[in-house]
Amino acid sequence: MLQIECPWCGLRDETEYKYGGQAHVAYPEDPSALSDEEWAEYLFFRDNPKGPFAERWVHTGGCRKWFNAVRDTRTYEFLAVYANNEPRPDISSLTGADTAGATA
Amino acid sequence: MGNPFPGEHPEWLWRDPDPKSSYDAIVIGGGGHGLATAYYLAKNHGMTNIAILEKGWLAGGNMARNTTIIRSNYLWDESAAIYEHALKLWEELPEELDYDFLFSQRGVLNLAHSLQDVRDSVRRVEANRLNGVDAEFLTPEEVQKVCPIVNISEDVRYPVLGATFQPRAGIAKHDHVAWAFARACDAMGVDIIQNCEVTGFVRDGNRVTGVETTRGRILSDTVGMVAAGHSSVLAEKAGFRLPVQSHPLQALVSELYEPVHPTVVMSNYVHVYVSQAHKGELVMGAGVDQYNGYGQRGSFHVIEHQMAAALELFPIFGRAHLLRTWGGIVDVCPDASPIIGATPVDGLYVNAGWGTGGFKATPAAGWAMAHTMATGEPHELNQPFGLERFTTGHLIDEHGAAGVAH
Ligand SMILES: Cc1cc2nc3c(=O)[nH]c(=O)nc-3n(C[C@H](O)[C@H](O)[C@H](O)COP(=O)(O)OP(=O)(O)OC[C@H]3O[C@@H](n4cnc5c(N)ncnc54)[C@H](O)[C@@H]3O)c2cc1C
Ligand SMILES: [Zn+2]
Repeated sequence: MLQIECPWCGLRDETEYKYGGQAHVAYPEDPSALSDEEWAEYLFFRDNPKGPFAERWVHTGGCRKWFNAVRDTRTYEFLAVYANNEPRPDISSLTGADTAGATA
Repeated sequence: MGNPFPGEHPEWLWRDPDPKSSYDAIVIGGGGHGLATAYYLAKNHGMTNIAILEKGWLAGGNMARNTTIIRSNYLWDESAAIYEHALKLWEELPEELDYDFLFSQRGVLNLAHSLQDVRDSVRRVEANRLNGVDAEFLTPEEVQKVCPIVNISEDVRYPVLGATFQPRAGIAKHDHVAWAFARACDAMGVDIIQNCEVTGFVRDGNRVTGVETTRGRILSDTVGMVAAGHSSVLAEKAGFRLPVQSHPLQALVSELYEPVHPTVVMSNYVHVYVSQAHKGELVMGAGVDQYNGYGQRGSFHVIEHQMAAALELFPIFGRAHLLRTWGGIVDVCPDASPIIGATPVDGLYVNAGWGTGGFKATPAAGWAMAHTMATGEPHELNQPFGLERFTTGHLIDEHGAAGVAH
């Protein structure tokens, strides 16, 4: 089981959390202006890197707040945890990983 | 069961060739789908100057990690067509490949535990029948006749209210399926090249002209990506994204026991599925881990949850011992249906997104993918499963039939 550091509650078991997929995917500013292709991208296409991934978690069994994390999808190691209004931290110094695809 | 190949199993079923500098077609991925694709490229389309490139060893991915459930009782016409085509091929393949891979049509029960489950199941049974797929809805008492060890007591958290039953469904021995395809491919001249990872694509404008690999550059203007859990990683190298997410999916086996479980039982609601392999192990699978992962392992609480479900359904398992657990990486699509077809790069085709349930489709996926690669056009079986569906909105929502999985 993963041990996940909630920014507010501290280290807790994975079973207290729900996963929210890729972080930093903003709702389109003007949805009606999108082409079908762009809408499909927004709805169905997400990065899926093998390496560091900026993703969302929600602490359902605790404070019920959402937050972001950068986790390595090969080792499952958490490289950073941060509030969801903060930019993605620069973790390139922490890892030599191939970060392609984890840039959004 | 003894050794099905007493005494005469040769040491090597296929050659171990060095890659040539070019091929008429390249299949990336030596899992079941890659092998079946190469097999039908050679057999149905006469393309024998082709290679399968596998980064590890043959069937070292999901092919030999799955729980081998084969069935075709999916809801929608498009799915029923391709899964039923697969089931019909399974029924012929042991003879065609001259290899007894222990395909056993022992039936599959999909349990219903709530009123909504019952309604959905009855609807699926009727849809299956309209598509010529064998299906019936059974009462709890009928369920117990098929599988006497299922607990049909009303006095449990999620009582069994009935089940769909597909008698022609069953299981097979997955690694032997891979070997059977590999031997047949090799005999037709297909080069199976292991320890050969594709690391990039060679292109001329928007056309693929070859691949870069850990064993050098190999040219071909027809390339098929059949990489299951690693499909996104390859697509990324080719410059596009796929609508799939890779998740760990775990399974486990018990120690060997006397035959107690004559069929396959699946429960989406309580999240477990169980069969008993020929040797006697109880084979059980769970749901996916919630997070994206490439680690071929998942979290133990998923297995705990799955065991709790198994114990409620099968109290007799109370003293069974766990032998081993493992995980694979499954590529899950938003509509729980696969992607087979063209990509944004000319000459590059993709078969991906089978998620938790692609073993059963192995022969049909290969059949359709081979057709697509050989002719440049989708076969009618995979025409609805192209990438375009995410733009047109014509999704094929099989969350009900795929459920937890398989
Ligand atoms: C635990 C578990 C239980 C399952 N149970 C069932 C079930 O009961 N019924 C069912 O129908 N399905 C089941 N599945 C799903 C099924 O196993 C998969 O859908 C199916 O095996 C995928 O096709 P494949 O066999 O070609 O995949 P794989 O065997 O994973 O083949 C893909 C291959 O591509 C190779 N590869 C990847 N990247 C590269 C590269 N860059 N270069 C070269 N090679 C590369 C990999 O090494 C791998 O060998 C289960 C899966 C798991 C993990
Ligand atoms: Zn918290």
